[in-house]
Amino acid sequence: MQRIGVFVCHCGSNIAATVDVKKVAEAAMMEPGVVHSDDYQYMCSEAGQARIIAAIQEKGLTGIVVCACSPRMHETTFRKAAERAGLNPYMVEIANIREHCSWIHKDLEEGTKKAVILTRAAIAKVNLNTPLKSGESRVTKRALVIGGGIAGIQTALDIADAGYEVDIVEKTPSIGGRMSQVDKTFPTLDCSACILTPKMVEAAAHDKITIYTYSEVEKVGGFVGDFTVDIRKKARSIDMDKCTGCGVCQEKCPYKKTPSEFNRGLNNRSAVYTPFAQAIPNVPVIDREHCIKFKTGKCGVCAKVCQAGAVDYEQQDEIVTEKYGAVVVATGFDTIKLDDFDEYAYSQSPDVITSLELERIMNAAGPTKGHLERISDGKAPKNMVFIQCVGSRDITCRGKSYCSKICCMYTAKHAMLIRDKYPGVNVTVFYIDVRTPGKNFDEFYRRAVEEYGVNYIKGQVGKVAPQPDGQLLVQGVDLLDNKQILVEADMVVLATAIEPDSSVRSIATMLTASIDTNNFLTEAHPKLRPVESPTAGVFLSGVCQGPKDIPETVAQAGAAAIKAVGLLAKDKLLTNPCTAKADELLCNGCSNCADVCPYGAITYEEKEVNDHGIREMRRVASVNNALCQGCGACTVTCPCGAMDLQGFSNRQLIAEVDAICR
Amino acid sequence: MSIEAKEEFRPNIVAFCCNWCSYAGADLAGSSRLAYPADVKIIRVPCSCRVNPMFILRAFEKGADGVIMCGCHPGDCHYSTGNYYARRRMTLLFSMLDYIGVEQGRTRVEWVSAAEGVKFSATMNEFVRKVRSLGKNVRLEDLRCRN
Repeated sequence: MQRIGVFVCHCGSNIAATVDVKKVAEAAMMEPGVVHSDDYQYMCSEAGQARIIAAIQEKGLTGIVVCACSPRMHETTFRKAAERAGLNPYMVEIANIREHCSWIHKDLEEGTKKAVILTRAAIAKVNLNTPLKSGESRVTKRALVIGGGIAGIQTALDIADAGYEVDIVEKTPSIGGRMSQVDKTFPTLDCSACILTPKMVEAAAHDKITIYTYSEVEKVGGFVGDFTVDIRKKARSIDMDKCTGCGVCQEKCPYKKTPSEFNRGLNNRSAVYTPFAQAIPNVPVIDREHCIKFKTGKCGVCAKVCQAGAVDYEQQDEIVTEKYGAVVVATGFDTIKLDDFDEYAYSQSPDVITSLELERIMNAAGPTKGHLERISDGKAPKNMVFIQCVGSRDITCRGKSYCSKICCMYTAKHAMLIRDKYPGVNVTVFYIDVRTPGKNFDEFYRRAVEEYGVNYIKGQVGKVAPQPDGQLLVQGVDLLDNKQILVEADMVVLATAIEPDSSVRSIATMLTASIDTNNFLTEAHPKLRPVESPTAGVFLSGVCQGPKDIPETVAQAGAAAIKAVGLLAKDKLLTNPCTAKADELLCNGCSNCADVCPYGAITYEEKEVNDHGIREMRRVASVNNALCQGCGACTVTCPCGAMDLQGFSNRQLIAEVDAICR
Repeated sequence: MSIEAKEEFRPNIVAFCCNWCSYAGADLAGSSRLAYPADVKIIRVPCSCRVNPMFILRAFEKGADGVIMCGCHPGDCHYSTGNYYARRRMTLLFSMLDYIGVEQGRTRVEWVSAAEGVKFSATMNEFVRKVRSLGKNVRLEDLRCRN
């Protein structure tokens, strides 16, 4: 018989306001096995834990139930306290009477009643708990960073500087990401490339960093400390070792009609290309979809002009398999598709552009060599209109409910840069709210309005109507004057909402990392563990977790790196002892469990068993504790009830059901 | 003047929530103070595939009026494929239960992610409403369990 102690936490008034904690403690005393119950202001505090430890030692408790917040919060705290008192940490159960009870129920009587039932269930369970011992698993001292934008580069640099090997996997032909497409950065107006390219070079030159560009993660196996990842290196059709990066192939390529991804389709590139001049590695890629040689078999100009003989049309995709201890996701973002936003005439007029396209137009290496001109006729615009929140803060299904966070600031930046370089251009901004929380952000916005005379109008735009003469008529509303207004514009710039890169879904699935309704990766705790995924060993860096600007991304990248380093620095990890266990006497050797196990943790062995005095050889299941992750799929599949999950056994769960239904 | 309302039927509902998505979703519903009736009591399981049909039968046998099982969205399971097993098992079990007279409205599978506190709360509110409208479950109750 167990000797159980029940400890009810008030959590200040968080629990005590809607749950009568004294009554819960009293009711617990009536339950079988309970020899001690207590309530305290803050059980998780040092003094609270001391009470638990004292009770365990004085009353010789063999199991405890803590009625407090979610086990996801403090289960570890109380397990450690139990361990300090000499009790096996797995003899601790938590009754979640805060998140699942006091916080959602208003009525004291109702809350108390439910808290008693939840406590009863936990007591019923702990009565059947058995001491469990963690195993150990090794840690591969190498990290994988998925995505080679500023987030990925910074994370990789920080991990590498700490002395660990890092691989960056980037799907495009060069690292650099979105930041390499940006012309200037707010609020300092630094040149984006000037601050990014030194980092790219540093990453490429770092002896601990390996960069796989034009590559994708294909398969992920294993678990924290021991991931096995297949990386597909797509065929570049250029030998990376031979290529000198002279660029002659790109010049001579006869097919120059492919829209440039890097310039957001504003101009064309050749079929063999590097995305931009400072690309790393400076080795081009042959776009097989558009290359004449691959389409018709007749061309081969690039191979003829290449002095180094680096062009290799026969190159095949290559799969590299590596082991990693930690994985950092830094997949970044893209702007949303504007197909459903017809009112802004994005598809009808080339002079309606997104802000990212404007970045390329403003950039000296961009399609217009940095001159502000209309895409349609190359004329300099006189009137420009910026429309904010295109798809952001939009609760209809076509848009995104969240704020994209960076648009207010980059629009102020664009407006300021345009007014600075072209003082004759009138700039009007339609906005819902101007959001400038950040260091020197509001000052920056005010400068745009006060010093540069940017015309901010609070209100939304209903329609952008292209006129026969190529002008754009913007119909909006001025909320402060409460009137409809019409503004003539030569160019309209849409502050398009950002969304996680489309690759993030499949990557999250491979890593079994959870994702929210907007496809942003979920963090382990929104406040206290913002750069960790709930999946152990997976960390989050940059916009894949939520919209953020460059400094925030860099800060988060560093945070993700230190979390990964904290993991890599360990020699051994304690494994979860809640693993499956087969009862040899009940097992009939059918293999059903091995078939459903996602980790291949179950094998069969011929073993002599002693079945009530009858000794015989039988084929029985055996679980590898290092591989078993404790999902429990096998326990339900087993036709004879031989397979059970330690810590969540059939008897324990049935006891909980019984306690709730009593 | 008021007419004494007949005491409202309060069902007993057991919710199985997987540790990685739905239990966290329920935590989020809690920390966001998204109320749902106290009739719902949650049992934590590592994965929806840990829920043995036996547990659900047992709950009905012991007098539960509804059982809901929540897991990660298909494709998002922490253990890759657990929720697919659960989905198949529950489809079979629920149709069998329906056949023997435990209405479909009393059983439910719902996918709730860790970020979906709103969905968790809304699901529970709706499910409780449904079970309340069906009234007490007597079909499977083991009468020997009655006091």
